[in-house]
Formats: sequence, C-alpha cells, structure tokens
Amino acid sequence: MTSPTDHLTHTHTSSVTPDGEGEATMTPEAPGEERHGAHRLLRAVPAVVLLAVLAFLPYVPVEVPGILPGRVNGPGSMQLLATCLVIGGIALSYDVFFGRTGLLSFGHALFVAAGSYLLTISLSTWALPLPFAVLVALALSTVLALVVGAVALRVGGIAFAMVTLAFAQAASIIVMRNPGGVTGGEEGRPLDRDAVPDLLVGVANAPYRYWLALCFVVVAWVVVTLLVRSRAGHAMAAVRENEQRASVLGLGTYRVKLLAIVVGSLLGALGGVVHALVLGGSNPHLTTSEFTLSLLVMVVLGGAGSRWGALVGGVLYTYADARLVEVSNAAFLQDLPVVVRQVLSQPLFILGAFFVVVVYFAPSGLTGLGGRLIRRSGSR
Amino acid sequence: MSDLVLLLVTGVGLGALYFIAASGLSLIYGLMGVLNFAHGVFMTAGAYAAWLTMGALPDGWPVAARLVVGVLVAVAVGAVVGLVVEVVLIRPLYRHHIQQVLVTVGLSLAGVAAAQGIWGADPRPVERPEWMSGTTDILGARLPNDRFVYLLVAVALFAGLLALLHLTRLGLVIRAGVENRTMVEALGINVHRTFTTVFALGGAAAGLAGVLYSQYAGAVSPAQGGSLLIFAFIVVVIGGMGSLTGTAVAAVVVGLVQQLANYYAASGVGDLSVVLLLALVLLLRPTSLKGAMA
Repeated sequence: MTSPTDHLTHTHTSSVTPDGEGEATMTPEAPGEERHGAHRLLRAVPAVVLLAVLAFLPYVPVEVPGILPGRVNGPGSMQLLATCLVIGGIALSYDVFFGRTGLLSFGHALFVAAGSYLLTISLSTWALPLPFAVLVALALSTVLALVVGAVALRVGGIAFAMVTLAFAQAASIIVMRNPGGVTGGEEGRPLDRDAVPDLLVGVANAPYRYWLALCFVVVAWVVVTLLVRSRAGHAMAAVRENEQRASVLGLGTYRVKLLAIVVGSLLGALGGVVHALVLGGSNPHLTTSEFTLSLLVMVVLGGAGSRWGALVGGVLYTYADARLVEVSNAAFLQDLPVVVRQVLSQPLFILGAFFVVVVYFAPSGLTGLGGRLIRRSGSR
Repeated sequence: MSDLVLLLVTGVGLGALYFIAASGLSLIYGLMGVLNFAHGVFMTAGAYAAWLTMGALPDGWPVAARLVVGVLVAVAVGAVVGLVVEVVLIRPLYRHHIQQVLVTVGLSLAGVAAAQGIWGADPRPVERPEWMSGTTDILGARLPNDRFVYLLVAVALFAGLLALLHLTRLGLVIRAGVENRTMVEALGINVHRTFTTVFALGGAAAGLAGVLYSQYAGAVSPAQGGSLLIFAFIVVVIGGMGSLTGTAVAAVVVGLVQQLANYYAASGVGDLSVVLLLALVLLLRPTSLKGAMA
C-alpha cells in the first residue's frame, strides 16, 4: 500500500534549500584529489573516443549489410542513427527523474511533445526566427514543468505516476483535437522549411541533422554529469535511496524533486526541439503514454541511474524498433506456425518480452550486466 | 430537461463502465500495492475472447444468448490470465513495487503488440443485441438501452464485491491485509494465496469490463484496453487509491463530468475536465489518497 517514497513529500519545503547544509557526509571529493582527477580523466577517454568515432561516421562510405540500410553515410542510415541518438538523449533526460531521483513519472512525453510542438508552432504560426522559437519552446516547457511538477508532487510514489500520466494524457487529447488547426491533429505539424537553415533540410543534408542529434546527446550528457556531481545531484540520490531519511536530515525534498523535474523536463523539451528538427516536424505519437512507457523501458533496459545505461537503452530500443520488423522475414522463422510469426512480426512484442526478462534477470540493465561480466572476467 | 436526463443517464452509464474497469485495479492496488498496467491487456483479452466466442457459436442462436456466453468466457479468460500473471510474474517480485510496475508495463506493451500481430491493428466490429442498440423513452428523453445494462452490471458487481469484503472470511483477510499485512502474516494466514485470488478476481472484472466496453464502442481493437485504463487510473486516484466505495463514487462523478462537459462546452472538453478534476482533488485533498478499504 505505501511505497517507500510515500511519506512526507511536502513537510520540509521551507526548511533548507536543496544545496543547503546537513550533507557533510555526502561531499564527493575524497582526500588525494589529484590522483582522483587523473583517474577521472582516464575514465573519460572511452567516451571521448566514442564521440570522435560517432562524429566521423558521416565520412564512412562502407556498407554494413543487415545492420544498416545502405551505406553508413547514406541518408537512410544517417537518419536512423540520428533518430536513435535523439531518443537516446531523451531517455537520458528521463533518467534524471527515474534513475537519479527515484520519481516514477508516466508523463515525460508531455515535455518532449511540448518542446517539439512549441517549436513547430512558433516557427510557422507565430513566424518567429529559429533562435527565438527554440527559446520560446524551452521557456514555456519549463513553466509547464514547474506547474505540473508542483501539482503532481503533492502525492508520492505510485500516485505521482498516475497523476503525471493524467497530465500527459490531457496534452495528448488537446493535440489530437487540433484546436484552431494549431497542432495538426493526427497528421502532426510539419516543420516550416523556410524558417530553418538550409543545412537542416533535405535528404542530402542528413549528416548535418545527425551531427545536430549528436550535439544534443553531448549537451544532455554534460548537463546530467554536472547535475549529478553537484550538491543538488547528491540530494537527489539521497531522496532516491530513502526519502524519509533525507527529509529528516533537513533536506527540502519537495524542492529537490521539483528541481529534478524541471531539469529533466528542460532536457526533454530540448530533445523534443531536436526531434522536430531531425524528423522534420512534430508527430502526435510523441504525446502518447506509449512514448513515455517506451522511455521507461529504454532506461530500465539500459540500466537506470547511469548515463551509459539510459543512452545505450534509448539507442538500442529505437534501433530495434526500427529494424526488428525484418526478423519476421528471416528464413529460420518460415517453418513456424502462422500465429507465432504474426506475433514475432511486432517489434514491440519482442521488446516488451525482452524487457520483462531484463527486469527479472538483470535488474541493473544491460550496461550493469556488461559491467559485471567485465569485472568478473577481470578477477579471474 | 430531456437533454439533461439523457446526459445524466449516459453519464452514469459511462461511470458504470469506468467502475467495472477500475474496481479490479482498486482491489489489487489496495491489497498489494501493485499498479497493474497490464489491466488494459486483461480487458483486451476479455474483449477478444468474447468476440471470438460470439463468432464461433452457431449463427442460429440469438445475439443476446451468444453475448451472455461470450461474457462468461471473457470473465473466465480474464480470471485465468490474472491468475497466471500473478503466479508467474508478480509473485517473485513481492515487496519490489517498482519492479512489479515495470513487469506489468512490459506485459502491456507485449500484449497489445501480440493482439495487433494476430488480429491486426484495425477495429473489428462486434455484434450487439438489437435491444441494446435501441432506446427507451423516459421523461421525454430517448435513453440508449445499453447504459442500463452497464449500470445493472456495475451495481451487481459493486454489491457482490462489498458482500465479499464484508461477509466472507476471504474478505476479512483482504481487509485486514490492507490495514496491516505484516500482522496478518504473523497470525499465520497465507496472504500470498489471497493475493493470487485478488489478482484473479481483478482479472475477471477486467475481462467483464473489456466485453462491455467493446459493446459500448461497437468494435474490438488492441488499443482499446489502454484507453479505458487511463480513465480507470484517474478514477482510482480520485476515489482514494484502494477504497471500493470511493472508486464507485469517483467513477460516477467522472462519467457525469465527462458527459456534461462534452455536451455543454465542446466535444473533447470532457476528457480534459476529468484531468482538471483530478488536479483539483489533488490540490484540495492530497491526504485522501493514502488508501483505505471501505
């Protein structure tokens, strides 16, 4: 009935700021800071190398049959990879809620869709130039996050999840009803091509959209890193581990959670903006509860509470969703009964079933599992 | 006047559907603390089971008789699905509420996808008994007959569940388990078996809701359960997370608000006003959501 996060959500709002006193035990830096710093630099090497490789991909004219459609730097592959990266970044923003602060939200789609739709609407309906349109989209999404977060945080745990779900559903209904022809209903709202730079438009310019998506992932990564290492980030971890204890220690848990919601939503809205630019418009699928659920699945698949986990989960999920359709045509499946093939032709069935398996057997996600395997083989 | 009567009756009828969908959720949440996202899949399973049964029965039978058999099959299928899900998937994760929610989320994705793969994403029309498609004149309003059926079923379900909770030993264990599960276990009662029963019960109610909703919509489709589920969630939250009487009252209020707003404001405002109602309840009475069994 009462989950661990059900207590005392709004009792200490006025006592201390999130980064206030009372967390002397949680200071990140241990003695021997110099060695620590060098170690940290060393650990950043794989990420930097990976980033360099990813940034170089548009210059690779190799074909990878079965894995990517056509050449790596062909428009099909570039678009697929760009979509994977954007969704990976959005999963990273969702992890600020779920993995970092322990808030189970079913309404993240609301903020992503807000970013996406506010961008397309302010570009075409309000005829704003691109930089202003991006600012407007981000500012309004942040206000939205503050309002929704403030209301939803009045309850904790499972009830919070349901309330955020309801808000997202309301947004989904509004978008579908197409008030004043602003959201485009089921068709979605296409991006106004004249309002964005030529580099981001057209099939031939897919690599530029890919780099844009990559930039978004880097921004999200850096923001999450800075947040996690800040005092507020430590307070979030404290709330996640034991909210009652955190609030007894004098942390303003309400403010900590609201901060997490605002930062996560802002990143999500930025993801929505990039999503609209990369995919050339806003799609009502972004507003649905299925989208939020798929974000949750991505984060848990990859590993909640870790940057690699959320990112890898988002990229893999999007990739699998796009490419698993091919599985049903695979030769080894042709002997199976029709019903089985029909079911396996649905990527979401495979992903959903796989997700359940991961929840059971790899609670720390694929990256956690990988890390464990590496450590085990190292100790042998 | 006749408009108002029509709106009130259709609103209460819709509320009855919401109650049938939400009662299982509320029971399960109240006792086990599991937010069952797979409830929508249970509903879809019930709807498809009834649709298949009605198609398989000989055409010579009257539609109403086939529908009754279909409802019985749907309830049975819902109960079996609930039972299996509880024993296989939920039971190993007791006391891990978030993981339980995650498993049911995965199940809801996979279940909808499976139904889509087998029967296609498009809605399939269902047969309705002639009487249920007709109307009755009361106070000058032409009232659709099917709403009375939903209302009757909902009242029977409500009365049955209340009787179960207050008159039987199982109900006693459930109510005690909601109060203090640890104490019930300490007294030597196997709460886990009660969990399984409650899940099967919730699944049966979901199967029932699935059939009735497919009758209401005139078709079965894979995503149907999910759309009903969101309103069921809202009803459960407004009703106080696990209180059966609260759920019933909330269901009627939500149904009425939705119908009235849809008619007097604009089409589509009804769904929004329900969400607004939820926000209002949260702002005014956040403590009412702690959970209690009536």
